[in-house]
Amino acid sequence: MSGCNKVAEAGRRFFLGRGALAAAGAAAVAAAPAAPAKAAPALAQVTYPRAKLANIRDLKPNEPLDIAYPDADSPGVLLKLGTRVEGGVGPDGDVVAYSTLCPHKGYPMFYRTDDRTLNCPGHYSRFDCEKGGLQVWGHATQNLAQYRLRVDGNGDIQAEGVDELIYGRHSNVLG
Amino acid sequence: MAYKRNIDRLPIPPRDARVNNVTCHFCIVGCGYKAYTWPMNRQGGPAPGENAYGEDLRGQQGADSAGWVAPSMYNVVKQDGRDVQIVIKPDHDCVVNSGLGSIRGARMAEVSYSAVTGTQQARLTDPLIWRYGTMSPTSWEDSLSLVAEVTRRVVEEQGEDGLIVSAYDHGGAGGGYENTWATGKLYFESMKVKNIRIHNRPAYNSEVHGTRDMGVGELNNCYEDAELADTIFVAGANSLETQTNYFLNHWVPNLRGTSLDKKKQELPNEPHAAARVIIVDPRRTVTIAACEAEAGKDNVLHLQINSGTDLALFNALFTEIASRGWVDRSFINASTTGFDAAVAGNRTSVEDAARITGLSVADIRKAASWIAEPKQGGARRRTMFAYEKGIIWGNDNYRTNQAMVNVALATGNIGRPGGGCVRLGGHQEGYARPSDAHVGRPAAYVDQLLIQGKGGIHHVWGCDHFKTTLNAGEFKRTYQRRTNMVKEAMDSVPAGDRPAQVEAIMKAIRAGGLFTVNVDIVPTQIGSCAHVVLPAATSGEMNLTSMNGERRMRLTERYMDPPGRAMPDCLIAARLAQALERTWRAAGKAEVADRFRGYDWQTEEDAFNDGYRKHEKGGEFVTYARLRAMGTNGFQEPAVGLAGTGPVAAGTTTGATPGMVVQGPAIEGARGKEPVQQAGPNTGLSAAAAPPSGGTEPIIGTKRLYADGKFNRPDGRATFAVAEWRGLQAEGKQAEKDKHRFLINNGRANHVWQSAYLDQHNDFVRDRFPYPYIEMNPADMQELRLSPGDLVEVFNGNGATQAVAWPEAQVRRNETFMLFAYPTGVQGNVVSKATNELIIPNYKQTWGDIRKISDAPAAVRHLSWKTQEYRPAG
Repeated sequence: MSGCNKVAEAGRRFFLGRGALAAAGAAAVAAAPAAPAKAAPALAQVTYPRAKLANIRDLKPNEPLDIAYPDADSPGVLLKLGTRVEGGVGPDGDVVAYSTLCPHKGYPMFYRTDDRTLNCPGHYSRFDCEKGGLQVWGHATQNLAQYRLRVDGNGDIQAEGVDELIYGRHSNVLG
Repeated sequence: MAYKRNIDRLPIPPRDARVNNVTCHFCIVGCGYKAYTWPMNRQGGPAPGENAYGEDLRGQQGADSAGWVAPSMYNVVKQDGRDVQIVIKPDHDCVVNSGLGSIRGARMAEVSYSAVTGTQQARLTDPLIWRYGTMSPTSWEDSLSLVAEVTRRVVEEQGEDGLIVSAYDHGGAGGGYENTWATGKLYFESMKVKNIRIHNRPAYNSEVHGTRDMGVGELNNCYEDAELADTIFVAGANSLETQTNYFLNHWVPNLRGTSLDKKKQELPNEPHAAARVIIVDPRRTVTIAACEAEAGKDNVLHLQINSGTDLALFNALFTEIASRGWVDRSFINASTTGFDAAVAGNRTSVEDAARITGLSVADIRKAASWIAEPKQGGARRRTMFAYEKGIIWGNDNYRTNQAMVNVALATGNIGRPGGGCVRLGGHQEGYARPSDAHVGRPAAYVDQLLIQGKGGIHHVWGCDHFKTTLNAGEFKRTYQRRTNMVKEAMDSVPAGDRPAQVEAIMKAIRAGGLFTVNVDIVPTQIGSCAHVVLPAATSGEMNLTSMNGERRMRLTERYMDPPGRAMPDCLIAARLAQALERTWRAAGKAEVADRFRGYDWQTEEDAFNDGYRKHEKGGEFVTYARLRAMGTNGFQEPAVGLAGTGPVAAGTTTGATPGMVVQGPAIEGARGKEPVQQAGPNTGLSAAAAPPSGGTEPIIGTKRLYADGKFNRPDGRATFAVAEWRGLQAEGKQAEKDKHRFLINNGRANHVWQSAYLDQHNDFVRDRFPYPYIEMNPADMQELRLSPGDLVEVFNGNGATQAVAWPEAQVRRNETFMLFAYPTGVQGNVVSKATNELIIPNYKQTWGDIRKISDAPAAVRHLSWKTQEYRPAG
């Protein structure tokens, strides 16, 4: 029996490893005694909507386009940087999108065209849009939430997910 | 790519989650947090009535939400032997931070030990002994008996001077009243150890002897004073990064003008405006940029001095202010001595100061005016004076410190709203120890003793000299050689044969070897040389009390278990004392053994009651129960009474008669932080009616020190100091400057707490700073053919170290700024051993040369090299 327990323990440790904490939340949801008896089993991951942000034709180099994703209450920015970057999409590999709520205290950030950063007027944090939202300097305990993008054959830019928890949400997809 | 956790949902604590008070265990500010813990198999919901926060989490939350939890604030930890979920999030009801969390403190949960999520797996879990060529686990009894026996044998052969001690003396994770008391009782009461030093300096001394000798304890105001000041004058401090939420929550409102209503309400009958700020720093910091963004450039004066010339500036300001009559004559007459002598002795013309500092005459005059020119209607200008490591680790520490306090005293700015002359602080404070008078002054230069082969055993408590000392390269080489002699000796006889082990160790010590025991929470660099390692608990794994930069004392409650068999330091010290008692008794020295009695503590609260409560001023009013009830706001030391019975003395004073010291004179001498309480019928240990020890009555504290105009001197008067400019004071610094091209200025980064002892094991920080950075002017980089991120060697006659180059246009030519105390590149390697006359190191004035080692390492290629400085939109 103790052997069985060890296997179960090892499995749980794997399940709860860093990078899978979201799954921990989902697991807890599935185990909640208050869950309605007829509800379908919860999935282990947040299911993101697929949403068109713009068409590639709408973008001009270094001109930020306001967007919202995964829903209207989550403001973001879509950028054609003009230089190929890691994680960029589109024919030039330079299209990226980020949440614009500062992951420190949720103040809306502004884009600086001169150095392609998002900047927080609340407490001066700065995030590099050419480096996957790396916090150049600031108070947030995470780098900036970046949207996963796909470009369709017709040039439509689709958002399909987020790589960090968005400020002001216990779940990136609400409701 | 930038490090991402890929966490898109977090658990919510149920309504009945356990809630504990937490004070952040990192910096001096001591922000209030709450720890929420709940079982693994339970969760709350997003409606306000369903979660422990009482917040609505169903929709997008607004800015400054009390309900949002970042992934770094969540973890799974052990509590009373069971796995529980934990959230540690900023407390919106704490007056210190009002819900703000820094990039360091808001990771407290993530930098906790978790066997489930794998965080901080490097933490020490077992006592370790050097056996079989490696560090091997053993029992507490086994490890402590070896330490005790070797300690006794060394003391028998060399006297107590053969025992060298390195020990924290601060608060938060750098000590706390329980732990400083226990170690202090062991080394200063049971023994009289004088070869002892503190975590970041090579001797046992105050960093601010200068101000204390003038009668002015260094933490004399309250954080609200930054909201009330007309002018904030700050030298050698980068508060946005090193006292983050003090700056954001108390300076910024004044710079923005949003504290104007408070000013008018608390200080009627005088004109008020938004604050102006003067910052003395050879470097343009992010603090300066933030001040400009908030107050406008016209209200920010950056005095960008030549490195190390602060004293000349302060004396010129003092001279200018005195000559214009902008002094507080009635305060000077009533509360000080030596003003005229100081004016004469420190006379420095604005022109001379301009030549020395590199500033313009106009800017120095402007600073004098901003500090002291009376407001409209003749009201005294309220100026808050603040300083930190630029002064403390800077040229001519003692005199420079005094020259600044002179200006504050002359303008009557100590003990009054909107004033103060304070150090800003690094760690929190938590010092409660028996007298250290036997250590002497100047104190022993301990690191030099170790280098010179002195001492036979070294007890190290939470210190890592390899990262945080000066002349670090030579120190490391010598220390490794000496401790390795003992390791080889231990390897030469069977590990299980204790008598043979001890004989082999003693033989190696007689030949110049050093036996070392290391008490810490994580493996350290100096700990790699240890023969015994003892695992300690940290804040939150034990109950711990400390005070912050405005003397605000709080209790962090134990909310999780220590890793493995780790114990609170105070209980480790107690068990070590008991082991010493046993070994001395077994050796037939009962009279020595008897000195190690009085450590029968079962809990950290026992240590608190033995130490703080009995020995610190106002300690008789302070209990765990009362602190628990006062939450994250606590009270400001010293305690003067209890709600219901009222203060036992009106304010604080040096005594009923001038100079009278009521309680704990030795502690006062060592600490110098506050005046002793006035003797009254209800105070002190001798009081007929001692305050009740039960109950949860709020404790009445002390908002500002010296509000009554009486200072910590025998006559109750602060004394002005004569502090003449004498160039670069520490031996060899001027020659070093003349010989090498670059100033190697150094300090902190916002991401990193202290020596990165936890951050080095945190994915988020390690990704951002795999190596220390050195900021350089882009033109200098071009001359040296350096690209951003290139690995460089910084070198001079003292040693060499490494860093990655970060171009920053705001850095002046031939000046640099290197991250201090970082594990993968120790700036202290290139700092000379020269100190001031009181053995205060001079880290800041270091000069060296720079050369390229290699192109940017893979670990930094995804990083950003853009400026750290914030600039407003538009």
